[in-house]
Amino acid sequence: MAVAQALEPVASPSAPSAWRVVTRRAVAFLLICALLIGAWEGYKALGTATGGLIPGTTLKLPIRADDRSLPHTWRIVGSLFEPVRASDDTLLIANLLRYAAFTWFEAAVGFAMGGVIGFFLGVVFVQSELLERGLMPYVVASQAVPLLAVAPMVVIWGSQAGLPAWLAVSIIAAYLTFFPVAINTLRGLQSPDPAAIELMRSYAATPAQVLWKLRVPAALPYIFTALKISATSSVVGAIVGELPSGIQNGLGRALLTFSQYFTTGPERLFGAVLVSALVGLAFFGLVTLAELWLVPARRRLE
Amino acid sequence: MQLTDINKTFGGRGADAVHALKDINLSIKSNEFISLIGPSGCGKSTLLRLVGDLITPSAGDVRVNGKPAHEARLKREYGMVFQQATLMEWRTIRQNVELPLEVMAWSADKRQARARQMLDLVHLAEFERHYPWQLSGGMQQRVAIARALAFEPALLLMDEPFGALDEMTRERMQLEVLRIWSQTHTTVIFVTHSIPEAVFLSTRVVVMSARPGRISAIVDVDLPQPRNFETREDPRFFEKITEVREALRRDEARGAALRAATS
Repeated sequence: MAVAQALEPVASPSAPSAWRVVTRRAVAFLLICALLIGAWEGYKALGTATGGLIPGTTLKLPIRADDRSLPHTWRIVGSLFEPVRASDDTLLIANLLRYAAFTWFEAAVGFAMGGVIGFFLGVVFVQSELLERGLMPYVVASQAVPLLAVAPMVVIWGSQAGLPAWLAVSIIAAYLTFFPVAINTLRGLQSPDPAAIELMRSYAATPAQVLWKLRVPAALPYIFTALKISATSSVVGAIVGELPSGIQNGLGRALLTFSQYFTTGPERLFGAVLVSALVGLAFFGLVTLAELWLVPARRRLE
Repeated sequence: MQLTDINKTFGGRGADAVHALKDINLSIKSNEFISLIGPSGCGKSTLLRLVGDLITPSAGDVRVNGKPAHEARLKREYGMVFQQATLMEWRTIRQNVELPLEVMAWSADKRQARARQMLDLVHLAEFERHYPWQLSGGMQQRVAIARALAFEPALLLMDEPFGALDEMTRERMQLEVLRIWSQTHTTVIFVTHSIPEAVFLSTRVVVMSARPGRISAIVDVDLPQPRNFETREDPRFFEKITEVREALRRDEARGAALRAATS
């Protein structure tokens, strides 16, 4: 036992607890929100004071600071709690949250599909260098095609194939999601030390055992990095996908409508933008919570 | 274990090819402790990996207990320890020792019991719930040894296992390995750069030379067992060290003469 006592474990700084990470991030988020609101209102106050000119010059400010182009932040928030129209006393926020829930549902289905496809591609590529070299260029090229070009195609093909419109939207979201997951899964699966692979070989481990006992656990931090990116981009994909699909009760349609009525109610568009951003953020937060739970602090990639 | 006419060439044909090992013949009896020593590039690690069936020879035959190396690997007759402990950072110490047993589909109860027994053997029982990063380099390497021995392999292959450790830890680890060796009756093949380490541990030291890698001498170390700190002060220990050193130097001189002649 003398040996064990002589060799004390190496001291290591304790990793921050999940709770502390969450609080620290929340404080930073609120601080940045405050800064953005300050910049917005500051710009507006400046424009009003100088009559829309850059101070000391006769040059116009790039964006007009009047209430139509740049409504007060409190007006934007206030408009969320006003009725949609005179004849209907549903609040705007209630409608937007209903749309948001629907869009988030589409995004989440797409996120799941893209995640599974991306993970599967990573696994296939790590097993076969031939397939990786053959298919990887197409995976990369898929992301070079603009989403706006892909979306109508998927919607048209989807309706011809008899798929519900929301599923076509999910497929469009999956199209944005699968790529980061495939790339990062592959990198993560390749991350174990060659000696660790040899160790598994010396145990005569099957390829499936090497995958599940070594490569996948090693890849977990990499996969979560990708899932966090994918969470927000799946929401973007769903919103863009809703535009050509004619879906009425999603955020995409709301954003389109409010931008058409921008001159009469600009704060409604900004309200819808705010809610859209919050959906993406909430989804990102959800995935981050899953990461805090599943990946120990020491192994997280930042 | 029997190595017959082993040759190993890396890379294409002709001028590009590197002749890593040339005409290796070696037979090792059960329960021997063999060290492979030689300059960098003499192919001692390559030879170890050939025995372990991690690479295959270009020509020649490796037999372990009468079986070809490939078959011996599939029958799980090798325990391997590398210079780095290569523990899985997401597993606790005990789960790391259980890894090979999991691969071999042992039941959870048997795994746990054996892992505890192995951690006792390397004096790390109280660290079973720790994670690898909480342990020092020497402790991690002891976990790697426990893991390698957990399934009672016939042959323990060690590739510079103490290369990354400081001198004091290294000497302690050498005693541990000898103790484990005498308790488990495994055959050990041990690759090292250190002459005193090779002499202290081994029953035979295989001296290799580079370009192409060959066996240039085999030194029998008939120092009394069990070895301990007194062994290091035994005049015969120094005689053996000198013998190995001279074999290495002879070889170096021959290599230099050869290079001078060909250039």
